[in-house]
Amino acid sequence: MKLTVGPVAYYWPRAEMNAFYRDIADSEVDRVYLGETVCSKRSELNAADYLTLAQEFREAGKEVVLSTLTLLEAPGELKALRRFCEQREFLVEANDMAAVQFLSEQRLPFVVGSAINCYNPSTFVQLVNLGMVGWNIPVELSRDWLAALLADPVARAKRKETWVEVLGFGYLPLAYSARCFTARSVDRSKDDCRLVCLNYPGGRKVRSQDGSEVFTLNGIQTQSGQRYNLINDLAGMHGLVDAIRLCPEPDQTLNWITAFHDALNASPSETQYRRLPETDVNGYWHKLEGMRHVNE
Amino acid sequence: MELLCPAGSLPALKAAIDNGADAVYVGLKGDTNARRFAGLNLDYTQLKTAAHLTHQAGRKLHVAINTFVHPERFADWQAAVDDAVEAGADVLILADMAMLEYASRAWPETELHLSVQASATNLGTIEFYRKQYGVSRVVLPRVLSMAQVRALASKSTVPLEVFAFGSLCIMAEGRCYLSSYMTGESPNTSGACSPAAYVRWNDDGDVLESRLNGVLIDRFQPGERAGYPTLCKGRFDVEGSRYHVLEEPTSLNTLSLLPELYREGIRAVKIEGRQRSAAYVAEVTRVWRQAIDAVIANEQSFGVKAEWDSTLAHLSEGQQTTLGAYHRKWN
Repeated sequence: MKLTVGPVAYYWPRAEMNAFYRDIADSEVDRVYLGETVCSKRSELNAADYLTLAQEFREAGKEVVLSTLTLLEAPGELKALRRFCEQREFLVEANDMAAVQFLSEQRLPFVVGSAINCYNPSTFVQLVNLGMVGWNIPVELSRDWLAALLADPVARAKRKETWVEVLGFGYLPLAYSARCFTARSVDRSKDDCRLVCLNYPGGRKVRSQDGSEVFTLNGIQTQSGQRYNLINDLAGMHGLVDAIRLCPEPDQTLNWITAFHDALNASPSETQYRRLPETDVNGYWHKLEGMRHVNE
Repeated sequence: MELLCPAGSLPALKAAIDNGADAVYVGLKGDTNARRFAGLNLDYTQLKTAAHLTHQAGRKLHVAINTFVHPERFADWQAAVDDAVEAGADVLILADMAMLEYASRAWPETELHLSVQASATNLGTIEFYRKQYGVSRVVLPRVLSMAQVRALASKSTVPLEVFAFGSLCIMAEGRCYLSSYMTGESPNTSGACSPAAYVRWNDDGDVLESRLNGVLIDRFQPGERAGYPTLCKGRFDVEGSRYHVLEEPTSLNTLSLLPELYREGIRAVKIEGRQRSAAYVAEVTRVWRQAIDAVIANEQSFGVKAEWDSTLAHLSEGQQTTLGAYHRKWN
């Protein structure tokens, strides 16, 4: 099982991005996803910076995938996506069908991100035939759903052509909108956001009127209010899942990488289980609502 | 420009036809479409009647099969597609690559429209679905501004359809899992958002609370209008401020944009609301028929009539309407 680090979903200052990636270079992670996936106005690192980072990671022995914008509306965003898809050095993660279109028409292999709706064997096989070599499953899928999909004879025949990756740690990307909710939270419009996301390195917490965490605002993206964490569910992934993705957080990401690495490499007697922090959730994987916490 | 109206039942379908819809869209019973409500949608016999009624009136019938196929249940969605075509549907509205592939192969003569649930917001994506499955129309998500719609319309090789009126989804459709995060049921997998089975109202005399699967969505003071607890329209707290964090309870109304949509060659305007009553469908259809006829007659002199606005406002969520993302400032 490989450990991967997803793209930074938040907007961090350049110096912090670079510091974070220096730490990742020394970590136990096997594969790193780099790039802006949420908002095209976020430019502390530009495309060239990400390519430089990608080369450095490759030299450090890590696999690299360039990840791309999820909600593409403006022609300029599509152009930028096309440029990313036309470089031949690194694998690209498609988070919108436009990227699948650009990559498949050039017959380039690609990774499919979780915001692409692949829910069944037919779609899975079509994507493999178009060039999918890595699949990050939709966040709302359960272990049972994934197992049933991959057990289908149609999918089984293509299973070896792609890796299967599951988001195992971090705030879940749950929705994308035209509206920027972080700008709205400070009474600004998206056009006049003045890059307010820089002030919220972990997004903004939304609580219900009786105080429970409901969502996390991250620009045009709405994330889960609770952190998703499958550290206790790794044993059930053997033979089904090839890679576990951790999403970067402002702090503690490195500690969690080590925790997942240790959990994956522990002897069966040690894996019994670690305590899932009370506030973390894992419902989706257990075929429940995402916000449930199952500690079996 | 075509007026496409919703029907969750045969009376609603008749109301749409009688009031001037060019086409009507329906769904089959079960979870193959994104409006799975108790008592709503058509069975096979009703679908045949629907096809007969629409064709008799010289209109078209679209059938939405726009949820995503579950593993091990391909046959259910396949049956929905086959039933729809055999019953006489003119158009299938599909979102899942699995169904697009199946329908384009099994029923090459049937027109395929890309559902809003497929989240096609740009030319690259539109090109993908045209090339792979030959879709002849794309329904745009409600996340684009008018300027972006214009830019797409001028370059798209596939005719476009936009949402004109009704409930406002503020997230890119087909990419929103907020409902399954809270209830386990999402539009993609269950055809439901914030399903009624999870809603609880608690009235302690002073304050009325709405909850969705235990999560407090809103509290209403006496005299305040209490809306259905759709989770993206709740009032929540962000560091001490309490407000509609994502969106107010409001409906989309683009009447004032109609001349512009017409000029850009938008092929169809779609009215949301298969879950609505026949009376609702009748009133909304009547207003939009008059408006479209007025635009076609003379787009220069088109003005939104006060009576249209008041009828539509009266039918809208919270009696408020918005241009939504079409208006740049909304974003």
